[in-house]
Amino acid sequence: MGKTLAEKVWDEHVVRSGAGHETAQPDLLYIDLHLIHEVTSPQAFDGLRLAGRRVRRPDLTLATEDHNVPTLDIDKPIADPVSRTQVETLRKNAAEFGVRLHPLGDVEQGIVHVVGPQLGLTQPGMTIVCGDSHTSTHGAFGAIAFGIGTSEVEHVLATQTLPQARPRTMAVTVNGSLPEGVTAKDLILALIARTGTGGGQGYIVEYRGQAIEELSMEGRMTVCNMSIEWGAKAGLIAPDRTTFDYIEGKPEAPKGADWDAAVAHWRTLVTDDDATFDQEIVLDASELAPFVTWGTNPGQGVPLSERVPDPQDFSDEGDRVAAQKALEYMGLTAGTPMREVKVDTVFVGSCTNGRIEDLRLAAEVIKGHKVAADTRLLVVPGSVRVRLQAEAEGLDRIFHEAGAEWRGAGCSMCLGMNPDQLAPGERSASTSNRNFEGRQGKGGRTHLVSVPVAAATAVAGHLASPGDLAAAPAQPFETKES
Amino acid sequence: MDAFKTHTGTALPLRRSNVDTDQIIPAVYLKRVTRTGFEDGLFAAWRNDPEFVLNRPEHEGVSVLVAGPDFGTGSSREHAVWALMDYGFRVVISSRFADIFRGNSGKAGLVAAEVDADVVEKLWGVVEADPSVQVTVDLEGCTVTAHDLVAPFRIDDYTRYRLLNGLDDIGITLGEEQLISDYESTRPSWKPVTL
Repeated sequence: MGKTLAEKVWDEHVVRSGAGHETAQPDLLYIDLHLIHEVTSPQAFDGLRLAGRRVRRPDLTLATEDHNVPTLDIDKPIADPVSRTQVETLRKNAAEFGVRLHPLGDVEQGIVHVVGPQLGLTQPGMTIVCGDSHTSTHGAFGAIAFGIGTSEVEHVLATQTLPQARPRTMAVTVNGSLPEGVTAKDLILALIARTGTGGGQGYIVEYRGQAIEELSMEGRMTVCNMSIEWGAKAGLIAPDRTTFDYIEGKPEAPKGADWDAAVAHWRTLVTDDDATFDQEIVLDASELAPFVTWGTNPGQGVPLSERVPDPQDFSDEGDRVAAQKALEYMGLTAGTPMREVKVDTVFVGSCTNGRIEDLRLAAEVIKGHKVAADTRLLVVPGSVRVRLQAEAEGLDRIFHEAGAEWRGAGCSMCLGMNPDQLAPGERSASTSNRNFEGRQGKGGRTHLVSVPVAAATAVAGHLASPGDLAAAPAQPFETKES
Repeated sequence: MDAFKTHTGTALPLRRSNVDTDQIIPAVYLKRVTRTGFEDGLFAAWRNDPEFVLNRPEHEGVSVLVAGPDFGTGSSREHAVWALMDYGFRVVISSRFADIFRGNSGKAGLVAAEVDADVVEKLWGVVEADPSVQVTVDLEGCTVTAHDLVAPFRIDDYTRYRLLNGLDDIGITLGEEQLISDYESTRPSWKPVTL
């Protein structure tokens, strides 16, 4: 019987099979690339030091500073002493153990999941791990990529392997084409709303079908990025011409004969016709619409055209209670049209939507408009390279002219570990991945949205799509004092 | 890691589903570079509410957490497990755990015991009726006992084996170093390197 893509990649990395092992030890899986950042690594390096262990393969390891770093005054020492200590600890550890690091101020610095692909280090058929749940992003290239905890970070540093139970496989087939104005983000938010946050638990998910094939690499990364938000172990997409074209010429991509050998192998990385998945979900792309969340987990979402749901309408008691609690926290009333929800801050950025295509899309929507008087728009590129590219294209000028804040690269307001945070009660429309209570700052209220919805919301001052702006004259609001 | 065979203690009924890792410990507590002392961050936002179940005097000294489904969703932060353990929890019982949280628990020595949803409901009932009830979690028999309630729980065999024996995962893998070297000699030359 044939194999799925995930099974092929998995099998190529089994150092020692777990089948029949006397202590039920699972497969020992080789790791091709280990990405590291400052938050989940210090205790792992400490563990190595305590045990007198070295990093087995520093040449398969890459570190960058992203979670804690400020996006303003990046040429100055980090103001928060605790953040500064954590970043400095990473620098010391990288130097001591011989790991390549792209620190704040380096042209290759940025969010770890933006940096890997743009360097060409993320390639089809690899196993990639990082002490960060959004490692699933790299699955867009046909890699098995997943987030790990700090104990596992230490394990990979010491052994370049991980004992891993073989997950089940699932196919999410998205037939048809996405309608105009509907993005990869809307697709994944709609899927999570349908499955719930635990729907993918225990599965490696392969996204396939026409709508997936039609996505750019950046859109595919957005989809795979949020696999973890419906509980999947990993999400991946079969590599194709789009994938190869994206990788070719990147700094760490194979060259010459190596390129040909690599592509020849990558072409085999597809699910065989006679392979079977443990579960399948089918979606029709043509039925999808701009999607926004109303609650405090990524599964609590509705199309933008709908209303805040009434908890009483949920048949499951757990869902009803969760919806009630979410509406209380979010300060929302059931029945309110989503388009009437006023927003204080709009965040464009993160490993979900902080790549160059995202910034182009935001600029296209916002061009010629002004950010609404009572709203602020924060645009945070996912990496320094993305920032430089955007500036070369003049996108920064469009943002500046609209009254937006153009920042340095990092995770920023996605999780508020740096100074970019919501105040208690402040409401955001965010292109990031989590709307958990307090995620973007204590007491902050987050609506997850696509890039076009974020940009349109910044102009309108309430949740909106670009079509809403076209109906109104440009610059309907007073500009903010700068 | 200390071996875990059985544990008996009082339990905390946390009637919430989707307890994500940002609730277990907010990101602001993750800036530390140490491995202990995270108990102050545990459920930090919810603990501001004096009525939050963990603040109730009848639940002082709890060591078994009984929570709704999809416990530990969200980020990969092992700090969530450390915060629970630093506070004094040895076991979390739920009908469904997020994968990464479950994995982190097994590495750090916290028992993530998966039970059927009706067992969670029954445990909530027993503990709310008598907060002083002693709950026993037996890893050898994979059972949870509270008063006359005896229910099985699920945990993967390898994690159970390691916890019962208190074994260091890395030490076990390094025992297979030759296999790792053998595998490395077969990797294609075009695979990327960072140095």
